[in-house]
Amino acid sequence: MSILADKNTKLLVQGITGSEGSFHTKQMVEYGTTIVAGVTPGKGSESFEDIPVYNTVEDAVVNTGANASVIFVPPPFAADAIMESANAGVELVICITEGIPTLDMVKVNEYLKGGTTRLIGPNCPGLITPGEAKIGIMPGFIATPGRVGVISRSGTLTYEAVDQLTKQGLGQSTCIGIGGDPIIGSSFKDLLRLFEADEDTDAVVMIGEIGGSAEEEAADYVKSEMTKPVIGFIAGQTAPPGKRMGHAGAIIAGGKGTAAEKMKALSDAGIHVTENPSGLGELTKEVLG
Amino acid sequence: MKIHEYQAKEILREYGVPVPRGGVASTKEKARKIAEELGGTVIVKAQIHAGGRGKGGGVKLAANADEAEEHAGNILGMNLVTHQTGAEGKEVQKVLIEEGIDIAQELYFGIVLDRVTGQLVLMASKEGGVEIEKVAAENPDAIMKEHIEPSVGIQPFQLRKLAFGLGLKGDAFKEATRFFSKLLKAYEANDSSLVEINPLVITADDKVIALDAKMNFDDNALYKHKNIMDMRDLTEEDPYEVEASKFDLNYIKLDGNIGCMVNGAGLAMATMDIIKLSGGEPANFLDVGGAANVATVENGFKILMSDKTIKAVLINIFGGIVRCDVVAKGVVEAAKNVKIDVPLIVRLEGTNAKEGREILENSSIDINVASNFSEGAQKAVELAKS
Repeated sequence: MSILADKNTKLLVQGITGSEGSFHTKQMVEYGTTIVAGVTPGKGSESFEDIPVYNTVEDAVVNTGANASVIFVPPPFAADAIMESANAGVELVICITEGIPTLDMVKVNEYLKGGTTRLIGPNCPGLITPGEAKIGIMPGFIATPGRVGVISRSGTLTYEAVDQLTKQGLGQSTCIGIGGDPIIGSSFKDLLRLFEADEDTDAVVMIGEIGGSAEEEAADYVKSEMTKPVIGFIAGQTAPPGKRMGHAGAIIAGGKGTAAEKMKALSDAGIHVTENPSGLGELTKEVLG
Repeated sequence: MKIHEYQAKEILREYGVPVPRGGVASTKEKARKIAEELGGTVIVKAQIHAGGRGKGGGVKLAANADEAEEHAGNILGMNLVTHQTGAEGKEVQKVLIEEGIDIAQELYFGIVLDRVTGQLVLMASKEGGVEIEKVAAENPDAIMKEHIEPSVGIQPFQLRKLAFGLGLKGDAFKEATRFFSKLLKAYEANDSSLVEINPLVITADDKVIALDAKMNFDDNALYKHKNIMDMRDLTEEDPYEVEASKFDLNYIKLDGNIGCMVNGAGLAMATMDIIKLSGGEPANFLDVGGAANVATVENGFKILMSDKTIKAVLINIFGGIVRCDVVAKGVVEAAKNVKIDVPLIVRLEGTNAKEGREILENSSIDINVASNFSEGAQKAVELAKS
């Protein structure tokens, strides 16, 4: 088992004929992900690499039974793409697109409220359940099947952590990049809860960064409800206030959201925190004994 | 993106938000002319992006046009140092000349995204004219908040709640609710990321006026707003950062002497952190992005080499979609055009890491290969000292 996606996931790709979408579709198929449909408005009835393309997500779902969607459409159209998938009843939507206007995401956030769709991202690398499914842009070769969950706001820092775990002989159950934007669909807390309930996960590595208060909320959850060990790191200990560190969400505003505050909140909640991003693998091994 | 106070007030005026009469000048003669037109007492305000201008001597009251000219002459060209500019300060190129306002009360009003709820929130406080961060830290109850449900928008009762909460009555109360609603329109229509009116002023004759105005904008939405993009003032930004943004590089100048080039924002921050942990100080944040090619790497490298405070460069790449051989080629290309006179430490991992290392080893560049993240940082710190 794992969380969110496995070998039974039937994926559709929104923006399958674009340059990003087509490149990563091939990579995902190569990894072994089951891709049942593509969606590009106006290109319905065509196909891409033997995958049927539909005009709407609804058509794709009705015809193929797709239950997850990955979005590669450009920023001005991405919010609409998320809502289209939710409207068609897709259970899991993973939005890779970077650069969606915040006020567009305010609407999406409202649209998804109370519904059954889980959104991961936007501005994220997606997820991997090693050996079963890769949805998004993470390099598949670094991940190995195993029992450690990984959740991160960053892309390449996730790869770094996964690589360290693999080198320590620790495989992963599922690795998820939740995205670097101010408004994202699933938080650390949401996914920690899924890992807590997952029989095949023994521990979770969470990689936060400066800005916002998602790490503090996660710490509250861990303290009150989580029984599995959590290993944490916060990127941006040396970041100056008021500067957007690449990710739109990674900014220390009004003196809030610093790495020091977050690391303290994590430690206070019993999370094993390291200041050293190259020590995540080792620390996890130590914690698991 | 940030803009100047005078630009924010131009936008607010368009949306019917009351602001003082005034005009912007880049010479003292023009400043005098504006003061004459306004008549009576005027305020001369330095236009830089940083806050705390008053304390730094960048805001002066002038009883007449002569005094306005004199103050403008002193402020224009001055190096204004505030708690937000850093010690190096900022040269003032423009002043805003505004009519004097008969202030009865100074309040605070702001609009920002609440990341926890994913909704916009209106904030109001009686504690106007002081640093709101301080109020938030010391007396959070003094800040009232109203969240906006995106599906229905702001409701009149919410505006009334805020205006009553500020203790307003009569005409000032009515004007304030209209003020809040227009300000929100200005925020939403321009994809702002922050609007702050501090102080929001109630005049002796019950008018509600934005005495100061700060507006920031969502970089992701600038493509919708050419008028806002045109307001960008490059002289307010770090020249290296401006250069980097031309090539879609995320670059931020810092105070240390170890340059770094990394793919991905999170890994770039973590690289800065590990440099610090190894006893060094990072000179910059540089994320070459998920779609780095030979040209972006080359340009990033040139920017690093033009910063003469840098004593060593650490390249930390975890190849995923970005291939390490492509990064290596970029470094080799850059070396043809720029002299590399500091030690170069390279850590390549992930996609085509071996090919990347080979390209660097077979080039004429003198590199130090690091096998992992912390080793790379330690080497960089050592070599920067020698």
